[in-house]
Amino acid sequence: MEKVFGKPESLSDRPFTYCPGCAHSLVHRLTAEAIDDLGVMPRCIGVASVGCSVFSDLYFNFDFIQAAHGRAPAVATGIKRVKPDCVLFTHQGDGDLASIGTAELIHSANRGEKITIIFVNNAIYGMTGGQMAPTTLIGMKTTTSPLGRQAEVQGYPLRVCELIRELKGVAYLERTAVNNPQNVLKTKRALKKAFQAQLDGLGFSLVEVVSQCPTGWGMLPADSLEWLEKEMGAYFPLGVFKDAKAEEPQEVA
Amino acid sequence: MAEERLLMKGNEAIGEAALRAGCRFYAGYPITPQNELTEYMSRRMPEEGGTFIQAESEIAAINMVYGASAAGARTMTSSSGPGISLKQEGISYLCGSELPCFYANIVRGGPGLGNIAPAQSDYFQSTRGGGHGDYRVVVFAPSTVQELVDLTILGFEVADRYNNPSMILGDGILGQMMEPVVMRESVTYDPSGKTGWALGNSEGRERHMITSVRLAPGTLERHNVHLRKKYLEIEAKEVRYELYEVDDADVVIIAYGTAARVAKSAVTAAREKGGIKLGLLRPITLWPFPTDAIADLAKNKQDILVAEMSFGQLYEDVRLSVCGKAKVSLLAHTGGGLPTEDEIIEAAGKCVASSEPVEIYPVLE
Ligand SMILES: Cc1ncc(C[n+]2csc(CCOP(=O)(O)OP(=O)(O)O)c2C)c(N)n1
Ligand code: SF4
Repeated sequence: MEKVFGKPESLSDRPFTYCPGCAHSLVHRLTAEAIDDLGVMPRCIGVASVGCSVFSDLYFNFDFIQAAHGRAPAVATGIKRVKPDCVLFTHQGDGDLASIGTAELIHSANRGEKITIIFVNNAIYGMTGGQMAPTTLIGMKTTTSPLGRQAEVQGYPLRVCELIRELKGVAYLERTAVNNPQNVLKTKRALKKAFQAQLDGLGFSLVEVVSQCPTGWGMLPADSLEWLEKEMGAYFPLGVFKDAKAEEPQEVA
Repeated sequence: MAEERLLMKGNEAIGEAALRAGCRFYAGYPITPQNELTEYMSRRMPEEGGTFIQAESEIAAINMVYGASAAGARTMTSSSGPGISLKQEGISYLCGSELPCFYANIVRGGPGLGNIAPAQSDYFQSTRGGGHGDYRVVVFAPSTVQELVDLTILGFEVADRYNNPSMILGDGILGQMMEPVVMRESVTYDPSGKTGWALGNSEGRERHMITSVRLAPGTLERHNVHLRKKYLEIEAKEVRYELYEVDDADVVIIAYGTAARVAKSAVTAAREKGGIKLGLLRPITLWPFPTDAIADLAKNKQDILVAEMSFGQLYEDVRLSVCGKAKVSLLAHTGGGLPTEDEIIEAAGKCVASSEPVEIYPVLE
């Protein structure tokens, strides 16, 4: 019989321990599929961050390291400079990447480090129990914004792709989602392009996945998909923000 | 490179010694009084085919070092007090994950932004671990530029031997002074000892995972006991100190680094004058601390005088080692103040004259 569907080689046999309906596990699977498709599994090194995905290292079949909260891009930088032939990626939440780790994000992007960041933006701090994140939407209630996020008090949700698109070191930048099959497929394509940009030595790449966190949002998984589409989709437009390969070669004046 | 005789500034000597020890990754962030080291590495590291990164912060620098070390490189960073404070979380991760690295703290006056004058006030931070959790780093305390070189090379070896960070606790005087040094021949660093755990291409082997998270009940406690055993081995094997004119001394001074340089001159000057006979015990490692050597000394000496450029930090370890067996007095400068020979000789006189331990703060006199 022909095998039409199976577990990607890059994934280990460890079952995911995320909540039912969580986007992290989907993103892991897509990451593994992208790595399999590109045929770079043994050369891959993953960097886990601090958040619900702190145990990302358990789920893959290649080398992994766990980084301090927000510092995964710096750790990936150190590894990549020592092992330039390896394919480096980090898997980070929004608190990790866009709050405590903002400096490491911006400067690794600006240096054009040949690493890929997989950014799971679920608008909340999942692991610590649903506190406000830098990407929490206006009006959204969390355990530290019990009245709903107010722009005058807590500022505005941070749009990472829009923020870093201007940086010259960025080679590939896309925002996707994993709330329906079309978006899932697009996310896999985006991950492959991001890794390809790294393999081609073009610079820094990042895929932001607008993600559902049913537990943190206090919703049933199915409702969280709908809420994501309507609420998050309105503030975080999906699409390619930068693709160095597609850009016309610049004339030197 | 072959062995050479050179006239070098302390900070640059650390950099050259690190390169000759096979260090090929440096990440740092500017801070006085250690900038010459960062600058030296920016120039020399590429010449040796290594990586130099001026990081966006000390936090990023230590985490780059964490990554580079995990990838099997000999790696280092350097800073001064405030920057080392920022690096503590990363150092704790290195210890928890059992990764080696070497770093230098060219100490300045604190607390806060303090000043850029030489100080020893990061003694507790260095010798107690410094960050969160149960861990230690090996702390070397050089007092000459030659020792900066030798202890840097030893620092890399010790770090690799125990898979644990080691550091130099210097100060602005040592970092800035020029002295002749014998620069050792370059070693060919062989990373093959790390192939069992370093990150890289996992083709044809079990995958490697480096982490400091241990959530399953009992696993962290077991791991920490394993660390504790390693630290006990370091305490048994790596203690280093120098004894100078102690045999017939009436008062033994205990001092390290720059303070020990002054103390050594005070010992000689006092003997030339024919007054109280002074001797010196100079710890070369601050952790592990020469506890046994000091305890031995306390058996047949009445007076010990701790001379330090901090408020009673070294004093605390000396008193713990002496355990009430001798009178331990303190001569302390802080915030950039330096002891003088005369102060030390005078303080020794006060120790002998008093039946109780004395604490002397020259700035108040
Ligand atoms: C230095 C430090 N500060 C705070 C924490 C606590 N902490 C753990 S996870 C986390 C937030 C994670 O949220 P996010 O990055 O959005 O990931 P998620 O859990 O939502 O996937 C925080 C604040 C920590 N481990 N270390
Ligand atoms: S809390 Fe949210 S992010 Fe964390 S595992 Fe559960 S659903 Fe996923």
